[in-house]
Amino acid sequence: MTAEVHKHYLSGGWSLHSWLLTTDHKRICWLYLVSITGFFFLGGIAALLIRLELMTPPGDFLTAEGYNETFSLHGIVMVWFFLIPSIPATLGNFLMPMMVGARDLAFPRLNLLSWYIYTLGGIFTIVMVIGGGVDTGWTFYTPYSSLFSSSAVIAAVAGVFIVGFSSILTGINFIVTTHTMRAPGMHWLRLPLFVWANYATSLILVLATPVLSVTLLLIAAERLLGIGIFDPSLGGDPLLFQHLFWFYSHPAVYIMILPAMGVVSELITCFSKNRIFGYKGMVLAIMAISLFGFVVWGHHMFTSGQSLYAGILFSFFSFLVAVPSAVKTLNWTATLYRGRITFTAPMIYGLSFLGLFAIGGLTGIFLAALALDVHLHDTYFITAHFHYIMVGGAVTAYLGGLHFWWPKMTGRLYSELWSKIAALALFIGFNLTFFPQFLLGYSGMPRRYHEYPEAFQLLHVMSSLGSVVLAIGYLLPLVYFTWSLFRGAPAGANPWQAEGLEWRTASPPPKHNFVSIPRVTEGPYAYR
Amino acid sequence: MPIVKPAPAEQFDDMGQQRRAVLMGMWVFLVTELLLFGGGFAMFAMYRVQHPQVFAEAAGHLSLPLATANTVLLLTSGLTMALAEQAVEAGSRRLTLVFYLATMALGLGFLGVKGYEWYQEWQAQLMPLPGLVFAWPGNESQQAELFFNLYFILTGLHALHMVIGLGLLGVMVVLVQRWRDPHRLTRQTQVSGLYWAFVDVIWLFLFTTLYLLGP
Repeated sequence: MTAEVHKHYLSGGWSLHSWLLTTDHKRICWLYLVSITGFFFLGGIAALLIRLELMTPPGDFLTAEGYNETFSLHGIVMVWFFLIPSIPATLGNFLMPMMVGARDLAFPRLNLLSWYIYTLGGIFTIVMVIGGGVDTGWTFYTPYSSLFSSSAVIAAVAGVFIVGFSSILTGINFIVTTHTMRAPGMHWLRLPLFVWANYATSLILVLATPVLSVTLLLIAAERLLGIGIFDPSLGGDPLLFQHLFWFYSHPAVYIMILPAMGVVSELITCFSKNRIFGYKGMVLAIMAISLFGFVVWGHHMFTSGQSLYAGILFSFFSFLVAVPSAVKTLNWTATLYRGRITFTAPMIYGLSFLGLFAIGGLTGIFLAALALDVHLHDTYFITAHFHYIMVGGAVTAYLGGLHFWWPKMTGRLYSELWSKIAALALFIGFNLTFFPQFLLGYSGMPRRYHEYPEAFQLLHVMSSLGSVVLAIGYLLPLVYFTWSLFRGAPAGANPWQAEGLEWRTASPPPKHNFVSIPRVTEGPYAYR
Repeated sequence: MPIVKPAPAEQFDDMGQQRRAVLMGMWVFLVTELLLFGGGFAMFAMYRVQHPQVFAEAAGHLSLPLATANTVLLLTSGLTMALAEQAVEAGSRRLTLVFYLATMALGLGFLGVKGYEWYQEWQAQLMPLPGLVFAWPGNESQQAELFFNLYFILTGLHALHMVIGLGLLGVMVVLVQRWRDPHRLTRQTQVSGLYWAFVDVIWLFLFTTLYLLGP
């Protein structure tokens, strides 16, 4: 048995070869963690530059062009290279096989290939975006991107196109693993919600990414070969680009938030030591969100001149998405009821998620209303709304999950005090940064401007100061996680007394996850 | 000859599970491919509705006989591909090789005809590439250009998939020549067969939308 204990997945060696050619999903998770953290801090630096510029009303720190390039860099990096892969590629990679009781994903080599595509494609794109001064924003709207922008749009679009393949490969891998690799006794309705959430996310990845691919391909063709598909002078329609773009990019929002919801379901149950309230309802809600996510893309285009009747339908479906989202939020709250709640760092992240997601979701309902959207479209209200979902929701849950499973991944504990401080800094810093932006947007501050009237300065300064607190909340974990990696106390197999197959094996787990494949005899979250 | 039981890859419990996983993976991959073309078809449909007359007229300038010949070639290649699968199951190495080579020949024939068709269109000055003259005999020349843009992109994307399919067939021929483990080959035959069938089906849709929905 002692020999078995020492043979965990990290003991296979630290040579470059053992990492760069590994097919172990747990090691690939680490590869992703390194790349993603790099991209995240790069995007974060761009965000700080934006906030620095907005400290004062005139454009004194960045030129208008420089500002356009900075927010394009921020958006492109954060959306395409951080948020989309964040939870699925790291925590999902580590946990999906363990949670279904398998030795690895169905296609381990594809999994490694997907990391290479992602990392090389990402670095290529970023070099092109910075070097070529791409100024289109992360959305690459035509005809600006296809006919007018003089920056390296072809290269940037090609990079995003390439990284799309990495999403598709991960998606295929998760879907097939969930279908064919479950341990004996692991029925569909015994799967943890984290697995369900990543499964639904994979469906979206697989169904939506190719449509984005063909659209980006056509922008590149338009610039490279002069083949105009969205060119109005040929009778082409730039709005068609927006439709195809949002057909991917709205579901992409659910690619970001669904895995976060999966993480939070694990956090809330473990730290209130309660079964999840309404498991089947939660599963249905996950599937409903991923389904409805495909029929709401037009709500990004209410002011673009699309047909009013289309707008009414898109508005209706957007309201409809709020129903399963509310089911999830209320079920988490009900799970807390009469629980034995402990305020560990992961739980603080989990509870922060509940609050921030509720604000982000409710302001989304404002924006889904046709008339109100005319007033709020392209203002800071939108910026604040989607940051509450993507940063307040997805990033908070990502960090919460990282804190929760860190002892499993490394076999070591981290500083309890510092992690709580970091979690609180994130919650306070985040609200200080983005709540003022709701007020700014409502009183008419448009997004993507580097100058503004003096009346808005107070709120902008609050937001900029908040971003510093937020940055501290992100930097702290980097410090104490690194410390924990070398000096942390041994964690033991199950430091949180959590339920779930991943906690029944050693920390860090052996190479094939389990000494023998477990038999599953009951549903998830069997807390008493 | 001793029968060596094939072992599954280390993440699988048995061959059956591996086979199920691999086939399902291919099916899901084909769904993504379908949506890739789906985006293209959606664009074509929308522009056709916006410019019905000139699109119908432009479709009339495509060569229906050549496209029909290509349809025959590709459907026949689908047959030989299916027969190759049967031949693997029957354990006949010779027949498998014959059917794979026949499929490759038919596929190459398709690409040859397609290339000739593009050449004709280039001669007729209907290829809207930079440096080439686009000479449209009727009205609404620009909208006709839009049609030909979509035509070249969609058929080009399809031809690219044909090339990938031919590469896959090349791999299969090499594997059949080694013929070590017919069991393993079943799975790979099915996977490449699925891909070939998909390319086949996409062509049928291209044929109907681009050529048959003419005037």
